Amino acid sequence: MSKYEAVIGLEVHVELKTNTKLYCGCSTAFGKEPNTQVCPVCLGLPGSTGVLNRKAVELATKAGLALNCEIETYTWFDRKNYYYPDLPKGYQISQVFRPIAHNGYLDIEVDGRNKRIHIRRAHLEEDPGKLTHSGSSITTSHSSCVDYNRSGIPLIEIVSEPEISSGAEAKAYLEKLKAILEYAGVSDVKMEQGSLRCDANVSVRPLGTSTLGTKTEIKNMNSFRAVERAIEYEIERQIEVLEDGGEIIQETRGWDENKGITVAMRNKENPDYRCFMDQEIAHIELTPEWIEGVRATLPELPDARRKRLIEEHGLPAYDAEIITSSLDLAEFFDAVYAEFPDAKTISNWIMGELLRLLNARNMELFEAKVTPKYFAKLLELIKKGTISNKIGKEVFEQMFETGQDPERIVKDKGLVQISDEGQLASILTEVIAKNPKSVADFQSGKEQALGFLVGQVMKATKGQANPGLVNSMLRKMLSQNNSG
Amino acid sequence: MELTSLPIHQLHDLMVKKEISCLELTRAYLDRISQIEERIKAFLTVTAEEALEQARKIDEQRARGEKLSPLAGIPVAVKDDICTAGIKTTCASKILYNYIPPVDATVVKKLKEAGSIIVGKSNMDEFSMGSSTENSAFYPTRNPFDYDRAPGGSSGGSAAAVAAGEAAFALGSDTGGGIRQPAAFCGVIGLKPTYGRVSRSGLISHASSLDQIGPFTSDVRDLAQILNVICGPDSQDSISAQVDVPDFTQSLTVDIKGLRIGLPREYFGVGLDSRIRAQIQEAAYKLEELGAICEEVSLPHTEYAVTAHYIISCAEASSNLARYDGVRYGLRVDTEDVLSMFKKTRAQGFGSEVKRRIMLGTLNLSAFYYDTYYSEALKVRTLNRHDFARAFEKYDCLLTPASLTTAFKLGEKAEDPLAMYQSNVCTLPANLAGLPAMSLPFGTIEGMPVGLQLIARHFDEETLLKVGYALEQINFS
Repeated sequence: MSKYEAVIGLEVHVELKTNTKLYCGCSTAFGKEPNTQVCPVCLGLPGSTGVLNRKAVELATKAGLALNCEIETYTWFDRKNYYYPDLPKGYQISQVFRPIAHNGYLDIEVDGRNKRIHIRRAHLEEDPGKLTHSGSSITTSHSSCVDYNRSGIPLIEIVSEPEISSGAEAKAYLEKLKAILEYAGVSDVKMEQGSLRCDANVSVRPLGTSTLGTKTEIKNMNSFRAVERAIEYEIERQIEVLEDGGEIIQETRGWDENKGITVAMRNKENPDYRCFMDQEIAHIELTPEWIEGVRATLPELPDARRKRLIEEHGLPAYDAEIITSSLDLAEFFDAVYAEFPDAKTISNWIMGELLRLLNARNMELFEAKVTPKYFAKLLELIKKGTISNKIGKEVFEQMFETGQDPERIVKDKGLVQISDEGQLASILTEVIAKNPKSVADFQSGKEQALGFLVGQVMKATKGQANPGLVNSMLRKMLSQNNSG
Repeated sequence: MELTSLPIHQLHDLMVKKEISCLELTRAYLDRISQIEERIKAFLTVTAEEALEQARKIDEQRARGEKLSPLAGIPVAVKDDICTAGIKTTCASKILYNYIPPVDATVVKKLKEAGSIIVGKSNMDEFSMGSSTENSAFYPTRNPFDYDRAPGGSSGGSAAAVAAGEAAFALGSDTGGGIRQPAAFCGVIGLKPTYGRVSRSGLISHASSLDQIGPFTSDVRDLAQILNVICGPDSQDSISAQVDVPDFTQSLTVDIKGLRIGLPREYFGVGLDSRIRAQIQEAAYKLEELGAICEEVSLPHTEYAVTAHYIISCAEASSNLARYDGVRYGLRVDTEDVLSMFKKTRAQGFGSEVKRRIMLGTLNLSAFYYDTYYSEALKVRTLNRHDFARAFEKYDCLLTPASLTTAFKLGEKAEDPLAMYQSNVCTLPANLAGLPAMSLPFGTIEGMPVGLQLIARHFDEETLLKVGYALEQINFS
């Protein structure tokens, strides 16, 4: 057992799902030609004045409510001043002094233990542009290009209290956060497109002490798994430094995914951003009625949905957790259930086959062609005994790739299960005749021998024989032989 | 009489009666510019070709029998901190020496829609930082009344252009007196509307919580016509006030009977030229003759206003001017790395007063000094607002000098930034409180104009016009 405990706080930037930017009418679409979605406002041209995007305020409020936060009825924007080529105005418009949402929480579960992580604040701010360097960094490059398409895209920054104690908890927090924001419809939460970004503040202290150790800030983590690994690495590194009698330096460290280590980036003290109230964007006044109106639009959130799957559908907690971890999956489950109300079977197929194929192909659910309707139909075919479970898996793979109707696949490929006793009897007779040793073994009490014989029948029928029926028919025939 | 010395409403009548064409009028102004501009230097850019082209269009409209709006065909000078699409807009700074805005400021759009003819972009103190137009990075403007004297600032070019007959009216901007003090120095009318009354969209920011665009004219009737065009909410500027705009020409009446006018004693203290004091007292006496009630009033926190204004305006400016980094437009000094590019661009691009204020503002907002300076200044600002609010419980309007002195000599205060700043002591409290205020010429001292100032309640420009109109009638009689 370690003599140290880690104290971790996460700062997560989430892009809000608006059509236009925070202070101008430019499109927020991802992946367009550089500097094609810009205007005087998001380029910070002299004299330009921004006007706040109402939808962004609504989504930020929704996010705050989904995270159990209190929402401010009166708030404003502040400026964070610093120079960087991706920051067209020389300041970022953010909410420093009074965030739109504060004092919330979310619940996570790690190794069967529940833990509540509090959320200190969630505030609205604008994204800067994006730099591309000819070399590895701005100081070592011959030239750098800047794309302002991203400049002014609305973000919320969600800051947790330093209540996270491990990489695994951090990962669980992010997964839950992602699920909640996805359910609430406030963001696409796609880390690979930059619509969710996470920095981690990590410090360690001797167990049983209450003062915080010196923290480092970890950046450049591109997946939840990377966050987990980076934090675990950083905790170990800090403990080692302390054990060797060293001191932790307050600094920003970057995660090197390939080497699996964190590397010092800059050790500047917190820069002085000279924050003060912005005077160009009108202040935000929200009435309690308006806030309640937004609350009323919140859909069922992950925790509630998980509870419903357990209590109403009788799913095991583990299954419910996985199915509700993404809104798409939960919606898929519900859609299948509407046509084929056998929760556990659906869950088995989702977790066993659907997720297996998605993972293997590194795909998202929306990219797979299989529809809930056909998924349900497939389960129905298996239930009715039209096809075997094993054939079902084969059919499913094809549905996954092509989106075809399972009934059609079964018909086209002639995969219908053979449940006709007359048709099976001749095959069984043949198998029995060909395998006298196994027959003898079974008859002398070796149960495993029956399995072998069933396997031979399945082989002979290319897997189409109804295995249950084959099993019982074999037993009957062999006992008749024995007595005969 | 020269066309270039007539007020707008008379020029309008002449065009409506077809006694002159718009082209003739525009040519008259352009001629006047070529004749006198060498001595005045009111403009940074003269847009003769564009102006003549516009004038021809207005004449075509006239020929078709279309009705002319009151500002149609009227030549205007626009301060060079107000964006004009396709026309260089430099803020009189080297850092924007080549900047051509892609879009018009909302006020420019409105003037163009009203048919006004932009004859040029007027000179100013760099980024409106100064009170004499000597801080222009290009050249100073001279006072048309005495070429050795300053026209005031920061909108000195606009004031001088109107005073010298180089434009029938002008737009300026006022952060601490940038319209009213040069109006006083140049013997023209200058009005800073209520904060938010005129859209700031397209006004290059100096200090956003104080900046306000306003007009210069040669009479009050013209002023009313211009306000009718430029005021009103703007969807591009979220601070612009959602307040209805009246027909300001309805305020042009000498009926000021029973109107209560306060004379704040703090504006008549040390430093005020006693001859200006006498002029203001004369004005008050005349207003009383017309039935107004003039009384002394106190605005006790006035003495702190200069300091508070300086702290706040420098703080905001330090942030507003951060965008001039050489990355996207304007001056860029190419160097080996990005940080030194920022530094050298800004070192070469900004003049010394701008640098001084950026440094002061940066200090005021720094974590260590924020509470000592910036927060305290905001408190003074609140006290200043309360002073005015109390005064306006009893009075409809305040009467003060617009400046403690008449126009000072060029170079007289150029080396003394604090003395320069003090020259706005009468005007900057109205910016702190966001109140509408107007400077109006009232007599002369040794041939130099004296300006008096009227301050009214928020969105009550009508009272300013009413009292101003009455004073104008007194002046003429």
